[in-house]
Amino acid sequence: MSTNQSERITGAQALIRALEMEQVDTIFGLPGGCILPAYDPLLESSIRHVLVRHEQGAGHMAEGYAHVTGRPGVAMVTSGPAATNLVTPLMDAYMDSIPMIGITGQVGTGAIGSDAFQECDTVGITRSCTKHNELVMSADDIPMAVRQAFHIATTGRPGPVLLDIPKDVLQNEMTWHWPTDEEVRASLPGYRPNMKGHPRMIKEAAQMILAAERPVLYVGGGMLKARAAEALRELAELTGINVVTTLMARGVFPDDHELNLGMPGMHGTIAATTAMQRSDLLITLGARFDDRITGKVDGFAPDAKIIHVDIDPAEQGKVRRPDVPIVGDCRLVTEDIIREIRDLLASGVAQADISEWKSRVSGWQEIFPLTYDPAEPGAALKPQFCLERLRDSSPEDTIVVSGVGQHQMWASLHWRFNHPYTWVNSGGLGTMGFSIPAAIGAKMGRPDATVWAVDGDGCFQMTAQELVTATVERIPIKIALLNNSYLGMVRQWQEMFYDERYSEVYLSTDTPDYVKWAESMGCVAIRVESPEEVQPAIDMANSINDRTVVIEFRTDSDEKVFPMIPAGCTNDQVLVHPSQEEHRSQL
Amino acid sequence: MTAINPHGTSLNHGILSVLVQNRPGVLARVASLFARRGYNIFSLAVAPAEDDAQSRITIVVDLESAPLEQMVKQLFKLVDVVKISELDPRRSIERELLLATVRADAGQRSEIVELVNIFEAKILAVGADALTVSLEGHPDKLDDFEELLGSYAIVELQRTGRVALPKLDRSSRLRGANPNQKGKVG
Repeated sequence: MSTNQSERITGAQALIRALEMEQVDTIFGLPGGCILPAYDPLLESSIRHVLVRHEQGAGHMAEGYAHVTGRPGVAMVTSGPAATNLVTPLMDAYMDSIPMIGITGQVGTGAIGSDAFQECDTVGITRSCTKHNELVMSADDIPMAVRQAFHIATTGRPGPVLLDIPKDVLQNEMTWHWPTDEEVRASLPGYRPNMKGHPRMIKEAAQMILAAERPVLYVGGGMLKARAAEALRELAELTGINVVTTLMARGVFPDDHELNLGMPGMHGTIAATTAMQRSDLLITLGARFDDRITGKVDGFAPDAKIIHVDIDPAEQGKVRRPDVPIVGDCRLVTEDIIREIRDLLASGVAQADISEWKSRVSGWQEIFPLTYDPAEPGAALKPQFCLERLRDSSPEDTIVVSGVGQHQMWASLHWRFNHPYTWVNSGGLGTMGFSIPAAIGAKMGRPDATVWAVDGDGCFQMTAQELVTATVERIPIKIALLNNSYLGMVRQWQEMFYDERYSEVYLSTDTPDYVKWAESMGCVAIRVESPEEVQPAIDMANSINDRTVVIEFRTDSDEKVFPMIPAGCTNDQVLVHPSQEEHRSQL
Repeated sequence: MTAINPHGTSLNHGILSVLVQNRPGVLARVASLFARRGYNIFSLAVAPAEDDAQSRITIVVDLESAPLEQMVKQLFKLVDVVKISELDPRRSIERELLLATVRADAGQRSEIVELVNIFEAKILAVGADALTVSLEGHPDKLDDFEELLGSYAIVELQRTGRVALPKLDRSSRLRGANPNQKGKVG
């Protein structure tokens, strides 16, 4: 590419060139009136464009791509309804701190504010669901706007950034220039993420960790964002402290590691939730005390002191006041804490004896393992059984992408995640329909990996049209559709907390016909209704690598997710699986 | 809204002086952050700062709606926010401007003029049966003036919202941080 200083090109050419300069290899998008100029130079670009069937799909694909690669996913759509269709993925990415770049067309600068065709106040609408957004008013500003967007999206606490570009700005000519790092920095005097933790706080944290008698490493998605999996493992093994991994952190610490207690919270394992609840020190790394983790905040981990490491200062004290707040990059701070602990140990400071605590924790693991009642002969499949078979039959580093609801919790609980960046889901926003487009984005980011989407029938119907994208664009993914005919999680709440008064949760078992629908979208589709059919279907799906495969598992609509902490309760009031109820007193 | 006088300085109020990049939409960003997080604003004043590229926003916030620390940290996440100073009312200079049009019959006019003189306010316009007055000063003084003026018929009243700067420290030549520095809150 040419970087001739006096070269005149259009704003659209500058946009595509700037994206190339930022190492973008894939754009997920759908063209339309105002963004049309940007689609022309794409024909000569090295960037692969994936043409989606709905703009929401483009956004979730960009998220899936970012989840598995750590690089920002790019979604490009037109103005008005396309921009509003991008709102859900932007908010999803904002809640889960996913680096993402949204590019929207806008009506010409002269028409802004006149209620022109396909005009909307995109910057106004997306202000509270992006880390930052800009209306780019001059072609000359495009390279700097793109550089700022990538810088902001990927540094500090990552998040989505949106650029709204009017049509005439794309059409106008500009003189190409590429801002330096220093120019980008100088243009953002209000943006200076703090990377290094405060040395005094790090020292204090190290001392507290060694002195704690019931410590727990409470690890959130921030550790994945900071690429801190190795540092975490070193800290855990150095101290022998148990690890809990939140829904957003699954995979950052191997599930097969003896120190891993799994996921805590509303549907977490008893060992993880109870260990946090009884702890005297929560070493919080890149987690944010979400309500799904804490339950009723007043009763959460009442005896625990809190070390809180987060790159976002606003997370410190937002929910729970930390005793030791450390603002900084999770990897750098974790490495500093390890160094400090080693120094303390070398200087003769001994770690408190945590063996009694750890035997209590392993007691909970033994008494309260994940469990479910096997299906009666001839009855509908158990979803957990299907997922366990899928897990045991899939390659070691399979990427699992889920939607939102019961199937999401079962996937998180029953899969064994042993590698970072192999679990993709919508945690904070809880976006139904996330999995199919996110799985397509994940496959684009990791074409070498097997990508299984685990979906429910409610979710599937929200974004299934992107399977057309998968087929036409030749992005082969696999979908395990757990069809229980209901909005399962809502049904579970109505059964447990609304006296089984089921209100508007029944979808239908056979409408749509998922097999015919999937086949019509170019997929191989298999319906599985009995336990003997489960394994052959999975084996067949795993053997097909050139087409998207959908397996519809007809599952038991009565099945519920356990454990469960009812809304508004403390984590002491966890509901265990009915078969474990007799052991409650040992919590 | 709390029961206290919304304009007065009290323990339930905090004053934030926020230096922002002078760019389109920056006020909307600040306002929508406060709305989205449920923070209450009592008054807000915006104008270009000493450097044309930047504006200073003085926000008086309700500390009952959220802790000041959270407001500051959330504000700081806005990319266009360069520096935030929490101003302690005891160590700040605060000023506000009030304009009011008051009905003034021949019988009441002299009383109102007397009130204006006591407060060192100004009469800006005189009509057949009304006066427009202005008062500049500490918001507490404006509160008192407004209250006393209330015993007459106020036709219209407008206050600007307060602006504030840190008091100068006599022992030091420079007070207040370098505005170009992405500052700690202080």
